Amino acid sequence: MGTVPMEHGLILAGVLFAMGAAGLLARRNVVFMLLSVEVMLNAAGLAFIVAGSRWGRPDGQVMFLFVLTTAAAEVAVGLALILCFYKHLGTLDADAAASLRG
Amino acid sequence: MTWWATALPLVPLLPLAGFATLALARRLPHAVIAVIGAGSVGLAMCLAAAVGVGYIVSGGPAGVVVWRWMEVDGFAPVIGLRLDALAAVFIFVVAGVGFLIHLYSTAFMAGDEGYRRYFAGMNLFVASMLLLVLADNLLLLYLGWEGVGLCSYLLIGHWYRDAANGRAARKAFIVTRVGDAALAVGLFLLFGSLGTLNIRDALARAAAQWAVGEPLAVTAGVLILAGAVGKSAQLPLQTWLPDAMAGPTPVSALIHAATMVTAGVYLIARMHVIFDLAPAARLLVAVVGCATMLLAGFGALAQRDIKRVLAYSTISQIGYMFLALGVGAWAGGVAHFVTHALFKSALFLGAGILIRCLAEGHDLFAMGGLRKVFPFTGRAFLMAALTLAAVPPLTLTFNSKDTIILEAWRSPTGGAVLGAGALLGAIVTAAYALRLFFLAFCGPVGQQARRRPGALMVVPFVLLALLGAVAGAPDLIAAFTGRNFLLDFLHRSLPALPAEAPQPVWTGLEQIGLAAVSLAGVAAAYVLYLPGRRWLAKQAAAPAGAALRRLALGGFGFDAAYDLLLVRPFAWAVRAGRGDLFDLLVNLPAHAGDALHALLGALQTGRLRWYAALVVLGAVVYLALTVLL
Repeated sequence: MGTVPMEHGLILAGVLFAMGAAGLLARRNVVFMLLSVEVMLNAAGLAFIVAGSRWGRPDGQVMFLFVLTTAAAEVAVGLALILCFYKHLGTLDADAAASLRG
Repeated sequence: MTWWATALPLVPLLPLAGFATLALARRLPHAVIAVIGAGSVGLAMCLAAAVGVGYIVSGGPAGVVVWRWMEVDGFAPVIGLRLDALAAVFIFVVAGVGFLIHLYSTAFMAGDEGYRRYFAGMNLFVASMLLLVLADNLLLLYLGWEGVGLCSYLLIGHWYRDAANGRAARKAFIVTRVGDAALAVGLFLLFGSLGTLNIRDALARAAAQWAVGEPLAVTAGVLILAGAVGKSAQLPLQTWLPDAMAGPTPVSALIHAATMVTAGVYLIARMHVIFDLAPAARLLVAVVGCATMLLAGFGALAQRDIKRVLAYSTISQIGYMFLALGVGAWAGGVAHFVTHALFKSALFLGAGILIRCLAEGHDLFAMGGLRKVFPFTGRAFLMAALTLAAVPPLTLTFNSKDTIILEAWRSPTGGAVLGAGALLGAIVTAAYALRLFFLAFCGPVGQQARRRPGALMVVPFVLLALLGAVAGAPDLIAAFTGRNFLLDFLHRSLPALPAEAPQPVWTGLEQIGLAAVSLAGVAAAYVLYLPGRRWLAKQAAAPAGAALRRLALGGFGFDAAYDLLLVRPFAWAVRAGRGDLFDLLVNLPAHAGDALHALLGALQTGRLRWYAALVVLGAVVYLALTVLL
C-alpha cells in the first residue's frame, strides 16, 4: 500500500479549512456557522495528523486529541449559547444580534 | 469676673444649640420642633434680660474670653464676648422681638413641609446676630455678619420650589456680598494700620494715632460704611430688600426688625470713634441715610404689595438711623432702632395675619374694609401704623424720630438741608403708613376671611403693637424735664452731642411743631388715599403721573440700571470668554479622543460575520505577506 504524499494531505486540509471559513462567512444561521467552525477545526486536526505521519512522530496525533477535546468543549458551550440566542431573539439569524454596534 | 459676664456666652449659645438640635435630629414631631425653636430663643431672651439687669446693677461693661483661635506673631484672635450699654440694648431687642416672632411662626408655618428647616434657620439667624452684637473683636463680628447673610439666603429661599424665591435669595446674598467685601477690606486696613482687631483696643489706638481727618481713617470709615450699606439696604445697595419679601412673612419681620438690616446700624455705632475721626465719612453716612430715607419713602407710597410697602418703609426708617448716626446722634439712631424693631415687626406680623387668612393677601387694592372683617387686628394694626407715623402722644417713635430730626438740625455735621430732609421724610412716612391702613382696612369690604387667625398669631402681634405704642409714654413725660431713660442709658457707651442749655419752652414748641408735621402726613394720606378718593387716580392716569408711578413702583430704576451696567456686561463677558484659546488647548485631548472613538466605533458593527470576515482577511493578508516576502 503506497503512502499518500504529504502535499495531498495538506492540500485537503487547506481546502477543508477554506470551505469551513467560506461556510462561516456565507451562512447566516448560527447552527450552520457552528458546524463550519467544526469543519475548520478538523481541517487543522488533519494538518497535524499529516505532519505527524510525515516525520514519523506521535506529537501530531497527541495534538489531534487536544483539538478533539477543544472541539467537544466548544460545541457544548456553543450549543448552550445558541440556545440562549434563540430564546432571546426568537431567531437563529446571526445578523439579528447587532446590538453591540458602535 | 462678674456672674453675668460668665453667663454671656450662653446668650448666643442657646439659639445655636437649638439650631444644632433641629439641624441634626430627624423625624421630630412639629410640636417638639416648635418648643425647641421658640424655647431656645425665649431662654436667650430671659438670659439677655438677666444679663442686662446685671450690667445695670454692677455699673460697668465687662467681657469674657471663651477660646483663643490661634496666636501668630502677635495676632491672637479670640472668641471673646463683651457687653456694654449698646450691646445690652441690642441683645435684648434681638432676642425679645426674635422670641415673639418665633412664637408667631409656630402658628404661621403650621403644616409646612420645611418646618424643621425653617426653625433651624431662624435659630441660627438669631444666634448669628447675637454673636455679631456681643463680639469683642472684629473677626468674630465678621463671623456673625456672614452668618446673618447666610441665614437670610436660606430663609428668603425657604420655599425654594418656586424659582423666583431662589432668585430673590441669591440676589440678597450677592448684593450684600458687595458690601461684605468692602467691609473685609476695611478690616484688613484697620488691622494693618492699628495692629489689632479687638474693638476696644483698635478704637483706643485709632484715637491716639490718628488726627481728625486722617486719610486712613476716612478710607476705613468709607469701607465700613460700604459694608453697612450692603447689610442695611441703603443706597446704592438697597435693591435686595424689596425682593427679599419672597420669604415667609415672619422671616421678613425678623430680617427687618431684629436681625440683618440693623447690623449696619450697630456696626457704625460700634465704630463711632473711627467716624468721629473722619468727618467726611460721617457726613457721607448722613447724606446716604437722608437720600435713602426720602427715596424709599416715596417708593413706599407707590407700592401695591403690602409687604413691599413695609420693605420700602424699612429701608426708609434705616435711612433715619443712618442720618442720626451721620450727624453724631449715635444714641438717637440706636433708640430709633429699638422703636423700629417693635412697630415694624408688629406691622409685618399683622400683614402676615392678612396674608394667611385672605385668599389674595398681598395686593393692597384687593383688600379694603378689613376693619369689619378683623376688628381686633385692625385696631392693633392702626396702632402700629400710627407708631410708624409718629403721631403723639402715646408713641415712642414720636420721641426717637423727633430726637433724630432735632439733632439733624442742631448738629454741626447736619444743618438746614439734612434737617429739612428729615422733616419731609416724617411727612412721607406718616403718609405711607396711613395709606397702608386706609387701603387695607377702610372703605367697602374687598374680600372675606378664609379662616380666623389663632391666638399664637394674634398675641405676639398685639403685644408688639402695644409695646411700640405705649412704651413711649414715660419718655414723653421725661422729655419735658430734659431726661430720656433710653438715651441716657445709651450714652454710657456712646458719646452725646454737645448739650445745649435746656430751654423748656423751645422744647415744648418743637414737640408741638413735630407733632403737626406728623399729623400733616396723616392728613395727606386721609385726603389722597382713603378708598373712594379720585384725584390721585386721575393724576396717575395722566402720562407724566403714570411714568412717575412706574418709576417709583420699580424702585427708581436701580434694578434696571444694575442689570444694564453690571449683569449684562458680565454675562456677555462670560459668554465671550467661553471659547477662548485656553479652552481650546484644554479641550484638544478630549476632542481627539472623541474623533478616534468615532473612527474605531465605526468598525464595531455588531455583526458576527463581519468580524469573522475581517479575521479571515487578516489571516489571508498575513499569509500572503509571509509567503511573498
